Order: sequence, then C-alpha cells, then structure tokens
Amino acid sequence: MVRCLKELNAKTVFGYPGGAVLYIYDELYKNKEIRHFLARHEQGAVHAADGYARVTGEVGVALVTSGPGATNAVTGLATAYMDSIPMVCISGQVPTALIGNDAFQEADTVGITRSCTKHNYLVKRVEDLARILPEAFHIASTGRPGPVLVDIPKDITAAKTDFSGVPDKVEIRSYKPVLKGHIGQIRRAAKLLQQAKRPMFYTGGGVILANASEELTELVRLLGAPLTSTLMGLGGFPASDEQFLGMLGMHGTYEANMAVSRCDLLVAVGARFDDRVTGKIAEFAPEAEIIHIDVDPTSISKNVRVDVPIVGDVRHILQQLAPLLKEPGFQEKRADLAPWWSEISAWRKRECLKYKQNDTVIQPQYVIQKLHELTGGNAIVATDVGQHQMWAAQFYRLDRPRRWLTSGGLGTMGYGLPAAIGAQVARPGEPVLLITGEGSLQMNIQELATCAQYRLPIKIAIINNSFLGMVRQWQEFFYESRYAESDMSFHPDFVKLADAYGAKGFRADRPDQVEPVIRQALAEEGTVIMDFRVNREANVYPMVPAGAALKEMILL
Amino acid sequence: MKHIISVLVDNEAGVLSRVAGLFSARGFNIETLTVAPVGEGNESRMTIVTTGDESIVEQVTKQLHKLVPVIRVVDLTEGPHVSRELMLVKVAAEGEHRSEVLRIADIFRCRVVDATAGSFIIEVTGGSEKLDACLDLLRPLGLVEVVRTGRVAISRGARETGVAARTGSKTTGA
Ligand SMILES: Cc1cc2nc3c(=O)[nH]c(=O)nc-3n(C[C@H](O)[C@H](O)[C@H](O)COP(=O)(O)OP(=O)(O)OC[C@H]3O[C@@H](n4cnc5c(N)ncnc54)[C@H](O)[C@@H]3O)c2cc1C
Ligand SMILES: Cc1ncc(C[n+]2csc(CCOP(=O)(O)OP(=O)(O)O)c2C)c(N)n1
Repeated sequence: MVRCLKELNAKTVFGYPGGAVLYIYDELYKNKEIRHFLARHEQGAVHAADGYARVTGEVGVALVTSGPGATNAVTGLATAYMDSIPMVCISGQVPTALIGNDAFQEADTVGITRSCTKHNYLVKRVEDLARILPEAFHIASTGRPGPVLVDIPKDITAAKTDFSGVPDKVEIRSYKPVLKGHIGQIRRAAKLLQQAKRPMFYTGGGVILANASEELTELVRLLGAPLTSTLMGLGGFPASDEQFLGMLGMHGTYEANMAVSRCDLLVAVGARFDDRVTGKIAEFAPEAEIIHIDVDPTSISKNVRVDVPIVGDVRHILQQLAPLLKEPGFQEKRADLAPWWSEISAWRKRECLKYKQNDTVIQPQYVIQKLHELTGGNAIVATDVGQHQMWAAQFYRLDRPRRWLTSGGLGTMGYGLPAAIGAQVARPGEPVLLITGEGSLQMNIQELATCAQYRLPIKIAIINNSFLGMVRQWQEFFYESRYAESDMSFHPDFVKLADAYGAKGFRADRPDQVEPVIRQALAEEGTVIMDFRVNREANVYPMVPAGAALKEMILL
Repeated sequence: MKHIISVLVDNEAGVLSRVAGLFSARGFNIETLTVAPVGEGNESRMTIVTTGDESIVEQVTKQLHKLVPVIRVVDLTEGPHVSRELMLVKVAAEGEHRSEVLRIADIFRCRVVDATAGSFIIEVTGGSEKLDACLDLLRPLGLVEVVRTGRVAISRGARETGVAARTGSKTTGA
C-alpha cells in the first residue's frame, strides 16, 4: 500500500494510528519518503488533507483506524463531499474473518460513508489493492472531484503479494467523465453572449477545481461583463478587478444580488445554484436566459431551469468558447454594455458593506480589513463557520485562486484550524491566516498541538464576540432576540491557551490595538493566536432572509 | 407519473445498497425494484418503478448515472416497451369456491402450480393491472397470501435497451 501511495505521488499523509492500521504505520515508519502528519483527532486529519487538497489541487490523503477512527473521520468526509474536494481516506478495518461479528472497534465504515463519499471500497483481497488505490485516486480527482474512502481489513495489510507497480492509466468501464463541451451548445452560448444587453457571470467552486481562473479572467475581461462569485468561487476572478461585484447570495453584496435579479443573461460557471445563493427560486434571475457550464449533469437544472446546459470541464469549455468570442464577427455585432454598467454603478453607490469604526469598540469588519491590508492580501486564508466567515468573504478580497479554504456546503465549525494546517504543510513558505470565531475554534482546538509539533507558523485571528454570532444574529432577526444558548462568554483565555500550546498569544480590546497586534503577530515565526474582542452584537449585512427573493435584502 | 427505470450495473458487492441508498437519501421513492444477474453474470439488471414529476425523474436518472458501478440508465417509459410482472397467490378455497378459483385462473391464463385439499397456489404473469384485476376476483374466495416480483421491462425494437438512445457507454460528469 505504501508503495502504491508513493507511485501515485501521494507523499503527504495526515492521520492517526490505531490497532487496525498498525501494519500500515509500521511500513510508514520504515519508509521515509512519505511524510506523515499526526493530527490530534481524526476529524482534524481529514480536514487537513482537505486543506492540502484545496491549496494544491492534488488529492489529499488521510489515514485513520477502524471503528471510532473512521466515525471521527465522517464529518471531514462529508465536508469534502459537499465542497467537491479530491481526497482519498484510507481506513483500517477489523480482519476479514471478523467483519460482521461486532468485533472490537468494528464499524460498517463503507455503509456509514456511502452517502458522504463519491465512492468507497472495501478491499477483500490484497491483490486488489494495486487496482483499487489508483482507481480511488482517479475517481477522487476527475470529473466532479470528491472524497473516496478505501476500507482495508487488518489481515490484508499483513498479507504479502507481488507488486508490479500501479497501472499507467485507470480505465473504469462505467465511469467516464466528459471534459469537452458540446460544440453546438457552445455556439449557442456565444450567440447569447453577443446579443445580451445585461450579461452577468456567476462563477463558483468549479472554476477553482478546474484550475480555470486564467481562462475565466481573460474571457470575462474580453467581454467586459460584470461577474459575481459564490462563497466557493472566491479568488477565481480577481476581487480587485472593476468587473467584480463581490459575492452574491444570502450575504452577498447589494450590487451583485441586484445585478443577478436584473440581468438578461446569466452565465453560471462551475456553480450549483445553492439555496444560499438563489434565495426564493421563483424570483431568481427572473429576466435572464441561463447558460450553465458544469461537469456534473446532476447540477444542471436541479434547482433552476437552464436554457443552455453545457456539460464538461470549465477549463476545456472556456478554451472552446474563447476563440468564438475573438472572431471579428462577434465583436462587431455586440450589444453595448454601457447602460448596464451605469445601472450597476448606481447600486454600487449604496456602499452596502460600509461600517463605522469608532474609538472604543472594535468592529469585526475593521479587523479583517486590517488583516487584508497588513498581509498585502497575500495570505492563504482559512475560515471557520459563522459571521466571521462571511466578513472574511466580504473583506479579505482575494485576487488568486486556491488561497481560500472555507466549508461552504456543509458549514462545518471546526474546519478552519486543521484546514490551515493542511495548507501550511502544502505551502511552507507562504503566510497562512486562519480567521475564526471563539465558538468554531473550540471545536478542533486540540490541533494547536499539531501546529506546535510541526512548527507551523499559522496566524490565527479570533473574531471574538463571545457569542455563537451567526446563531445570535438569526435569533435577533427572527426570534425576537431570545438568545437561547448562543452566549459563549465562557471560553478559555486564548492568550494563556496559546502559551500552554507553545504558541504566542496577543489580545486587542480597543481599536487602536488592532494594527499593533497584527504587526506583532506577523513578525513572529511560530504559531500565533490573536484574540480580537469585537463588538459583541455586530451583524453581517446585507442579508437575504432564508426563502426570500435576492432583491429583498436587509441592509444596514 | 410512474416511470420504469432500467439500470445496468456491475454485479459487485454493495451495488444494491448504493442504488437503494441513493433513493432514500434524496427522498425519491421506490415502488418496486427487481434485480438479477444478466449476461455472463458480471452485470446485473435492476428494474425500478418510481413515481415523480419530470424533474424528479430526471434527477433520479442523472444521480443513478453518477454512481460508479452503474453502466447504463434508461427511462423505459420514454419509449415503447413491454413490461411484465409475476405473482404467486395462495387461496384457501373449499367447496364450490374451488371451481370458481379454477375458472378465474383460466380466464386470466394463470397456472395452478400447487394444490392441496384446502388450497391452491396460482401463478400469474402479465401487466400489473391484470395482476391487480385477478387479485380483486380471488380476494373474496379466501385469499391467504400474495407475493409479487415487481415489474420487469424491456424496450421494443431490435436494439439493446438504452443503447440506441445514448452513446452506448455512459458519460457521467462525476
Ligand atoms: C454560514 C454560511 C453562509 C453562506 N452564505 C453564502 C452566501 O451568501 N453566498 C454564497 O455564494 N454562498 C454562501 N454559502 C455557501 C453555500 O452554502 C454553498 O456552499 C455555495 O454557495 C456553493 O458554491 P458553488 O455553487 O460555487 O458550488 P460548489 O460547492 O463549489 O460546487 C462546484 C460546482 O462546480 C462543478 N464542478 C466541479 N469541478 C468542475 C469542473 N472541473 N468543471 C466544471 N464544473 C465543475 C460541480 O459539479 C459543482 O456543481 C454560505 C455557507 C455558510 C456556511
Ligand atoms: C459543527 C457545527 N455545529 C453547529 C453549527 C451551527 N452554527 C453555524 S454558525 C454558528 C456560530 C459560530 O460561532 P463562532 O464560531 O463563534 O463564529 P461567529 O458567528 O461568532 O463569528 C453555529 C453554532 C455549525 N455550523 N457547525
């Protein structure tokens, strides 16, 4: 197995040992070519593999033991599954002869993970390993990516077999993802792009997953059309570009949501019309014809009817589309977009993200703006889930892909720290910033030990409102401010905690301390926790209430 | 509306639970499901009857396509097809009811496959409506137990089910 991993170029593994995987660990011990990072919880190991995958685009690898090891991994798998992240998780299983016997540390891992993996395997014979592992990597990384689990009984890890290398090419008869788009459909799309008076791009995680940012940016600049991105697509198009209207959806910008509601052509690129994006379906992009580029046919017309579906890989399709837009005939007959842009400018003047920073209380948005400024917008940013995640999306404006790690689909609190670990392992020389909440951080705080052990210089910014802020916001808006169990005032002293874990800790209570704390933190070589005590009841604006139309935003 | 979906899969362990799990996880309903190995035995054919509007059935078929061991998915209701179901009925009939049972069996072209002094087992094949009608008549005569296979179906015409309509092998996104 270890040799398979090596040949598959999977040289970084995040894991946690246990009885059922001891033979594998023994091989890893003898074999120094594979680097293993020991997490402090299997969930952490899987999120770290996920973070590694998001940053590199390679398949992340996690290794866990049977029973509780595998069940602990489930949240990590489900998180990766919802966000289409390529990953292979290898789990130990009780020996073949004991399967089904309620043996010690037995769990039906294949059964439990069936609905949160793209595919999974139970290895029944040692000879099958050299076929199954390459298949697992192939399935995880092609088409719409996703996590694949390989469950290996202990006796199989002890057995010997002849190994003649992994096959050069994986062929699975019943699995053949389409890459190239249907040229007829692409021509129809080009025609619509030519005629549209109010075109709008809506791009998502698929752009990142397909490594298609360059192609996208070139094409959208050529067209001069506005673009909005989902939470997952951030960094796929430069946020500093004039044509970028910000994120759309529940906490999207006013201009992005208005433009989607008003456009006459919506070009969805690697995005899946999630309910956090569409709001009330019946009133989503009511005036628009919709082109949808997606590698997964089940994403198309799932929630919203699509006029021109194009199934295939974003990068391939954009490469097919670009030449059509460069033909002289195309440019000549194009609609003038100036009136459309003047409509958009009017929406922009609303300055929907504006906030006021006074001298006494730190505003969360201010912290993130300062983080952005002082890191030069160059950090790899991981987040947890909640208000801080939305503020990070709004204020840490990213210009490049694969520098944004957030759990969008599952919304897993506790994702951030281990994901940041995976990112830092993948990119040792680059600044990695975790923007988190005091609630989320406590969900996987044990991973601070992992940071310390491997001397990972992650900079952790806690947007500390001593509330489960996102929950509190909903309670304020929709439950008449009855703050049931959302008060997090009791939390550890994070500065002392940093010290206990061998990291540095700094606190900022007043606005004037924000910048010095960030500067100090960035100057440190090791892991740092910055505890920003922010306005406890700040809200994320704009907000589209669940089930409302995108136009019905609550603004500050 | 009812749809009959024919699914050709690799005959490997766990494939049935993948298919059934997909239906339950996504809230699709399965009315009947039959499955048996076909060909050399390395493939299985499932026939699934489900109900739902067009968009639901479209999602069902796309999602089925996405499962790795699924080779081909065809919604047979989209074209001409033949469907059949088999039913075994145990009737405890005595006295004059016995001849009535045999008469009904005759009308519906059933076969009596077992008889004892107090009972018959009758085998009926045909469209599901025919089976229902037959059951309605047998019920008052002392119906004891019924087993039905659920529908199996095949497309009409010379070609293999689903091969003409599509490219042959499935092309999935994921
Ligand atoms: C608290 C909270 C608030 C949120 N608020 C918002 C919000 O305001 N706005 C928002 O946008 N999101 C928000 N989200 C995230 C939201 O839940 C979804 O995760 C997100 O909108 C999905 O992004 P996406 O459509 O880009 O799809 P992804 O989940 O990134 O899916 C990618 C799509 O691209 C396709 N794809 C993958 N690879 C390729 C390829 N190579 N070629 C072509 N296609 C490919 C896939 O098939 C899929 O359809 C929020 C999440 C949380 C936790
Ligand atoms: C594992 C998990 N449990 C519960 C939730 C529901 N939830 C969403 S946001 C949130 C609050 C997060 O609080 P915190 O991390 O402090 O961030 P803040 O919103 O205050 O920025 C909760 C409880 C979740 N997303 N994930």
